[in-house]
Amino acid sequence: MSNRSLVSISDYNKEEILEILDAAADFEANPNRSTLKGKVIATLFFEPSTRTRLSFETAVLRLGGSVIGFSDAATSSSVKGETLNDTIRMVSCYADAIVMRHPFEGAARYAAEISPVPIINAGDGANQHPSQTLLDLYSILKTQGTLENLKICVAGDLKYGRTVHSLIMAMSYFHPTFRFIAPEELKLNEEYRIFCLMNNIPFEETTELNDNINDADILYMTRVQRERFQDLMEYERVKNVYTLKNSMLENTKPNLRILHPLPRVSEIAPDVDKNEKAYYFQQAQNGLYIRQAIISKVLSV
Amino acid sequence: MEKELKVAALRNGTVIDHIPADKLYKVVFMLHLDTCDNQITIGNNLESAKIGKKGIIKISGKVFAEDETNKIALIAPNAKINIIKDFQVIEKRPLSLPDEIHEIVQCNNPNCITNHQNIPTFFQVIKDENDTMLKCHYCERLIKLEEVKIK
Repeated sequence: MSNRSLVSISDYNKEEILEILDAAADFEANPNRSTLKGKVIATLFFEPSTRTRLSFETAVLRLGGSVIGFSDAATSSSVKGETLNDTIRMVSCYADAIVMRHPFEGAARYAAEISPVPIINAGDGANQHPSQTLLDLYSILKTQGTLENLKICVAGDLKYGRTVHSLIMAMSYFHPTFRFIAPEELKLNEEYRIFCLMNNIPFEETTELNDNINDADILYMTRVQRERFQDLMEYERVKNVYTLKNSMLENTKPNLRILHPLPRVSEIAPDVDKNEKAYYFQQAQNGLYIRQAIISKVLSV
Repeated sequence: MEKELKVAALRNGTVIDHIPADKLYKVVFMLHLDTCDNQITIGNNLESAKIGKKGIIKISGKVFAEDETNKIALIAPNAKINIIKDFQVIEKRPLSLPDEIHEIVQCNNPNCITNHQNIPTFFQVIKDENDTMLKCHYCERLIKLEEVKIK
């Protein structure tokens, strides 16, 4: 059994988070290496996620490693009814580490318990996606020069958005102030409000985007998904209220950067893209360096 | 004044009293009494001044380990456990939830891996001053005690 797996952002303490961010900066300066030469990494995607899979596979290939795996459960033996247990045991005979995306929550924790090789969770249902969280942190650090004492506005789906929940947990080490901006239907869960209270993290909650971003260092936008609404009229209203337009950035701080885990739908208008405060595409690129750092850490290379 | 016993007295063993009547059989199955060879007396829908209708279970010749009886706290936190020797109560055992709960609870999250594959469930018990909750070790979902589902 391996304790080097990365399943949840809470598996890493503050020092380990900072260690990953440091390593990512090194990989950014020099992303092509041969430290994984002779190593085989499996990418098991029981549900498709092209963006995440390509990012992980590129990270391996740029370090000189090789990749095996599948990109969709339909092309794997799980369609024949093979249990996760059997798939993991079989693949761990071939690979030095396993990157896994699975539609069920808790699948990665279970895999980490039975696998003799490290598991990297690339998303388990709505639960955890730690490499996304670490790349969010890396993007914040890179654009602000620090993680400490930042004002972070988080907008959109705060109820189901797992990236938001993990971000709150990971930022809790660095004395942030949060403003949670969400429609009533998608308000932050009580669980995370209690988490903030218990960790002495100041926060406020509001339902309007408008002027509420003017004092922010980071604006973290998330997708408002149509399927979360029972009333489609309400969805249309909320969708419009939560669309960030370039004109809304006029009075924001010069150091403000806009993050988004992508894919976006309509929550950021295309005219924001050319604003220097838009950072979401660079953010995605940062994912490559973070994943190089994570793979290197779990394999101790 | 002599009190009339509705259920015969026990010489040696464990008495679980003050179980809410609708929880009695859950306790029976949770402690695997349905497959237990000892003499067992079960009474249910007995009148109780405290809880209306109550259930009682007397298991002869068996003293349960504390982590076994502590599971009862999940479904009947106000039940009373008495250990009997020679018709005398030798231990009144307070109920307190264990720190970890294995197998007996089903995760409330329909999307949890434990509800889709044959994986034993495992919950950490999270106690703070005003609330006790279970946290699924796998999907990390928090479950309030009143929402706990016993398998």
